[in-house]
Amino acid sequence: MQRIGVFVCWCGSNIAGTVDVQAVSDALQNEPGVVFSTNYQYMCSQAGQDIIKNAIAEHKLTGIVVCSCSPRMHEATFRKTAAAAGLNPYMVEIANIREQCSWVHKDMPTGTEKAIILGKAAVAKVNLNAPLKPGESPVTKRALVIGGGIAGIQTALDIAEAGFPVDIVEKKPTIGGKMAQLDKTFPTLDCAACILTPKMVDVAQNENIRIFSYSEVEEVGGFVGNFDVKIRKKARFVNEDICTGCGICTEKCPQKKVPNEFNLGMDNRRAIYIPFAQAVPKVATIDADYCTMLKTGKCGVCSKVCTAGAIDYTQKDEIIEEKYGAIVAATGFNPISMDKFDEYAYNQSKDVITSLEFERLTNAAGPSAGKLVRPSDGKHPHTIVFVQCVGSRCAACAEKGKEYCSKICCMYTAKHAMLTRDKYPDTDVYVFYIDVRTPGKAFDEFYRRAVEEYGVHYIKGMVGKVSPEGDKLMVQASDLLANKQLHIEADLVVLAAAIEPDKSARPLATQLTASMDTNDFFTEAHPKLRPVESPTAGVFLSGTCQGPKDIPETVSQASAAAAKVIGLLAKDKLTGNPCVAASDELMCNVCSSCERVCPYGAITYVDKEFRMPDRTTRVRRVASVNEAVCQGCGACTVACPSGAMDLKGFATKQIIAEVDAICR
Amino acid sequence: MQINGEFQPKIVAFCCNWCSYAGADLAGNNRLAYPENVKIIKVPCSCRVNPMFILRAFQRGADGVILCGCHPGDCHYTSGNYYTRRRMALLFSMLNYLGIEKERTRVEWVSAAEGAKFAQTMNEFTEAVAALGENKRLEDLRCKK
Repeated sequence: MQRIGVFVCWCGSNIAGTVDVQAVSDALQNEPGVVFSTNYQYMCSQAGQDIIKNAIAEHKLTGIVVCSCSPRMHEATFRKTAAAAGLNPYMVEIANIREQCSWVHKDMPTGTEKAIILGKAAVAKVNLNAPLKPGESPVTKRALVIGGGIAGIQTALDIAEAGFPVDIVEKKPTIGGKMAQLDKTFPTLDCAACILTPKMVDVAQNENIRIFSYSEVEEVGGFVGNFDVKIRKKARFVNEDICTGCGICTEKCPQKKVPNEFNLGMDNRRAIYIPFAQAVPKVATIDADYCTMLKTGKCGVCSKVCTAGAIDYTQKDEIIEEKYGAIVAATGFNPISMDKFDEYAYNQSKDVITSLEFERLTNAAGPSAGKLVRPSDGKHPHTIVFVQCVGSRCAACAEKGKEYCSKICCMYTAKHAMLTRDKYPDTDVYVFYIDVRTPGKAFDEFYRRAVEEYGVHYIKGMVGKVSPEGDKLMVQASDLLANKQLHIEADLVVLAAAIEPDKSARPLATQLTASMDTNDFFTEAHPKLRPVESPTAGVFLSGTCQGPKDIPETVSQASAAAAKVIGLLAKDKLTGNPCVAASDELMCNVCSSCERVCPYGAITYVDKEFRMPDRTTRVRRVASVNEAVCQGCGACTVACPSGAMDLKGFATKQIIAEVDAICR
Repeated sequence: MQINGEFQPKIVAFCCNWCSYAGADLAGNNRLAYPENVKIIKVPCSCRVNPMFILRAFQRGADGVILCGCHPGDCHYTSGNYYTRRRMALLFSMLNYLGIEKERTRVEWVSAAEGAKFAQTMNEFTEAVAALGENKRLEDLRCKK
């Protein structure tokens, strides 16, 4: 039997004005288990807390009920008070008689009656409370960043800067991501490579950072502070430690007809390749799908020309196992496929391109060496039409595009239009838009410059159809403000394709048990207050894998995620929430209902020895809750058909006792 | 329960810790009145509410039970309120079949910012339950004093 003390707070007149506090403490005096009951003006004050401490000592209390304000306000205070007096802090219950009683009711008798009932419910609950101790788990002081774009690079650099080792896993042969493919960046128009590649070099030179390029995460186990990760290092058939990145092999390889993904297939590369000049690590990779030697066993040119002897046709995929304390997802984005947008004739004409392709066309290292030409005939385009929101804000055609705004297109289109007019003043540039959205530092000024200084024709309205006619593209569009149809004879059409999360994000989310929204963006723990944490403890989000973002935003989020990781890795031990699920092994029949509803993957199965009545032992599989992972939602307790699952602090018996007390 | 000859329903409200309990606190902070009949039980998530708790409440003489959780998509535990929605759809239709009118049971999404919605919901719900009168269907007479 518990020895319970009840402490009723007046909260000045906040409670005492509507609730007869003396009547409440008198009424609760007679409840089962209550050995002491009192009231005081301000329980949360030092004097009030001393009353509680003294009563715990004097009456050897094993549990206390404080009838006061909301537990969201002072539960922590009274738990500390109890702990200071040697009582387990989880033996404290609060009856909320201020926010949920005195403040919402006017009438003294009914208010008092309700306060008594709420007090009785709290007493009934405390009678069934058990001391709880938060679990502790060690922290592996190493972080994993998945994705080596600007988001992953920034996160890794910041974590490494704080002194913790970081591994970057990048599926491509080099880090750099989408930013490496860009030409200039808005709104300052500095060249992407000039600001990105020094960071890539920093990553390569940082002693705390290891880069696993051409690698993918194979398996994730464990939990916050203790993740066990298997990384598949794909065979690149080149010994990374020996290759000097001289590039002779990439010039001599006879297989010349491989679409160059770095230039979005607008030119070709060899079967052995280095994606771009500033690649990190600067190591050649053999594309096994195209290499004649790997396919037929006849060739070996690269091996012959490699003076370092780095080519190794027998290389196999390698599995690396490592432990991590925190994982950051930075998987990035891709433009959506234009296959479903027949109206823009993307698949019919080479001169209808996406904005990312335009980026490559204007880049000095791109397929046309930076000269803006039509991909079909290499001629200079005189009329260029930019189409905004291709697949973005597409609520009516969700099967084709995306409902959301891709956020970056207005700005990069303004950039493209401005740069085109700047370099080629003889071109006519049209931009068709639904709305121009330019919130951001110096963004609207940038857009206005495109219109006012550079004379870009911004037309509110959508393009209905693009039809190739001869070597021209006939663009049919509506001008909503002038209320008329337009027919433009264009040389080049640039589509601002919506962006979507990278395809690797969904399987990764499953491995991490991190949740995703309907668009496959990772969900954050709280949309406003915890934007860089995933709801899964120890998993953090960096960059566009969480939602569309431009570079400044991506970098801020990447640094924010790094700060969260550093905060986690700086701890030697993690203290958990003790109000977690627990399974009664004797009652569990391994139906796995609990495992299926658990959003955190906190439930595993263990083999447990049971002593049978005939003194034999039998091994049986039972559900077991990982207390470091469980967040204490209680979904499993309801799903469990045998009643084996219960939630500490909110046990079935406790809630039933509260229900009974209220309905009494 | 009869007070001064007027029927006063007993109403149990389960509120999730993250949204609805905070919403109820906000109703208090803003002094938005709702009937004393409503007594709140805090649960970590609406998905912690076992159908058994609701049956127990009716058995013990509750006249109405309301469940409040975070809005769909906003659950602190990602998916808890979706479980609640499905479980309660099933339970409430079964209870309706047993004669516990569907107006006596309700699931409502109340965010931490919706103090006014909380108070309004409780006012409406209490009124609806009061109009139905005492719940006798599942009441266990052994529980009566």
